[in-house]
Amino acid sequence: MTRDRGEDARLIALAVLAIAALLILPGTLDFSTAYGLISAIPMALLGLSLGLIWGYGGILCFGQTAFFGIGAYAYAVWAVNFGDTTGAVVCAIVLGAAFAAALGYFIFYGRVSDVYLGAITLVVTLVLLQVMRRTSGPEYKIGDALLGGFNGTGAPPMRVPWDTGTMLIGPPLLYVSLGALIVCYFVCVAITRSHFGRVCVAIRENETRAELLGYDARLYKLGLFAIGGGLAALAGVLSGLAVTRVTPELFNLKNAATAIILVIVGGRGTLIGPVIAAFGIFYLQKSLGSQQTVNLDLVLGALLIGFVLLLPQGLVPAVMTLVLRRSGRRRDFKATRRGRRPGRAATRTGRGVDRDLQAAE
Amino acid sequence: MALAQKRERQRERRRQTVVETRGLTMRFGGVTANQDVDFALEAGELRCLIGPNGAGKSTFFKCLTGQLTPSEGSVAIRDIDVTGAEPHDIAGLGVGIKTQVPNVFDGLSVEENVWLSARRTHGADRAWAMTAETVERVRLGDIRRRAVGTLAHGQRQWVELGMVMAGEPWLVLLDEPAAGMTDEETVFTAELIREINRTASLIVVEHDMNFIRAIAGRVTVFHRGRVLMEGTMDQVSADQTVRDVYLGHKH
Repeated sequence: MTRDRGEDARLIALAVLAIAALLILPGTLDFSTAYGLISAIPMALLGLSLGLIWGYGGILCFGQTAFFGIGAYAYAVWAVNFGDTTGAVVCAIVLGAAFAAALGYFIFYGRVSDVYLGAITLVVTLVLLQVMRRTSGPEYKIGDALLGGFNGTGAPPMRVPWDTGTMLIGPPLLYVSLGALIVCYFVCVAITRSHFGRVCVAIRENETRAELLGYDARLYKLGLFAIGGGLAALAGVLSGLAVTRVTPELFNLKNAATAIILVIVGGRGTLIGPVIAAFGIFYLQKSLGSQQTVNLDLVLGALLIGFVLLLPQGLVPAVMTLVLRRSGRRRDFKATRRGRRPGRAATRTGRGVDRDLQAAE
Repeated sequence: MALAQKRERQRERRRQTVVETRGLTMRFGGVTANQDVDFALEAGELRCLIGPNGAGKSTFFKCLTGQLTPSEGSVAIRDIDVTGAEPHDIAGLGVGIKTQVPNVFDGLSVEENVWLSARRTHGADRAWAMTAETVERVRLGDIRRRAVGTLAHGQRQWVELGMVMAGEPWLVLLDEPAAGMTDEETVFTAELIREINRTASLIVVEHDMNFIRAIAGRVTVFHRGRVLMEGTMDQVSADQTVRDVYLGHKH
């Protein structure tokens, strides 16, 4: 990949910031904020997983929650049956990735077009929602784990792998969640900078050309989709741990839509965008949550409409444009933008011509 | 004994033939775009496919590149039957392909476009060295960091040629590489194609007669989905039937 010094510097700064946050935050936050964060981080990770496959692979999956919920249920079932929570996490990630790979096989090898991909994945998560809701009753169980229908099933707290007597609840769980998010973020960065990741971007840009270069687009998309499924499954595990319960509502439309909103607001084609958006929405919820004058969903809806209309490229790309313009790298950046927005380029050139004409007069 | 000799001769001939189609027929609903095309390309050859609009050149080209699967007949590349193979399988054999509409990665830089081609078969460091070299060969060194979507049409065509070259192909298939270029740009493109021909066999679909004269190879004339004749440019342009169906309108 092109070595970009600016990007390297930004990543190092971010890593330092993340580690500092990991060391300082859990100790200093008040109780309610810490608990709120434990629930917000899984959404950030879900957004990150969609940001990876949509932003870098062009795969618009409307049902990222399918893998989210499957991961959570897989964790609960394994942990209840075997008592080993470390194995349960691994099982959840593997199952999420495997389910994504199986679904992706039919989608990508069947050459299903993008619109239908969105529809199929959305239907899959809604089907799972309805199926899990109907699993109440003693006959619906896997091993010792009752699935529990509407009420769902309990998610046993995670235990320290090398000291299974210690349970990770409260602030220690915040360490685990935040640590997992940071690790996953940098894994995603590494993927997007690898040969595999660049080929995925190339396929997003022009699938025909990638195939004519000898890359099997179906296989690369399948790989990326499976990685996204594994990440979403881990997010599901953290979400289950946050409330110590796994319910069918993990699969619901609100969560599915939230993942997409996080990517749109944060900025497609960035990885940090959905994460920042998730924390931003968490902050909004927290500050608006206690008052009754404005409905929270109304504010979030208005915010989304505002973003789509005014900042269609999302928060992070918009801020980057501003910063880069300030720091005098304007020309380079304009060059890359001109291709995307021919209309604007034309007006600029037009203005230039006007100026030349005035000078001539 | 005679039979053994005959077999030997056949094998000899096959070794030299790098692309061969037999009875290739392509139908779209009721329209027959190609009918019974028997075609052979020898190693090291530079072959141009010409013909009036709708003669079936591009359909034939797409059957060779795997973008279309022929209704009947077979396509073989170096004795491997590739009828119905996927484009990435054919490219994987070491075939460089450039389509009619420039197919490039618009959002990526010139450099990265070429790198993605070189990196498929080479390690990271070697791929960078090849990229730098290729970008200079297609004279895009000054703008190698620019996004390809921002470039002029001719430059985009060269980016695509650069991608073909960076794959180090032994067989190159080009569909109208000089389409929409200015005369100067066409001259440079012809130069590049002759350079590619030093290490690879080529099939070039082209409209522009001057361009075909400049790259000077053998010519296959298509007409109504069939091969009308094959020969050098002089032979072809002297032929009365060809003049009637194609050149006649131009001269």
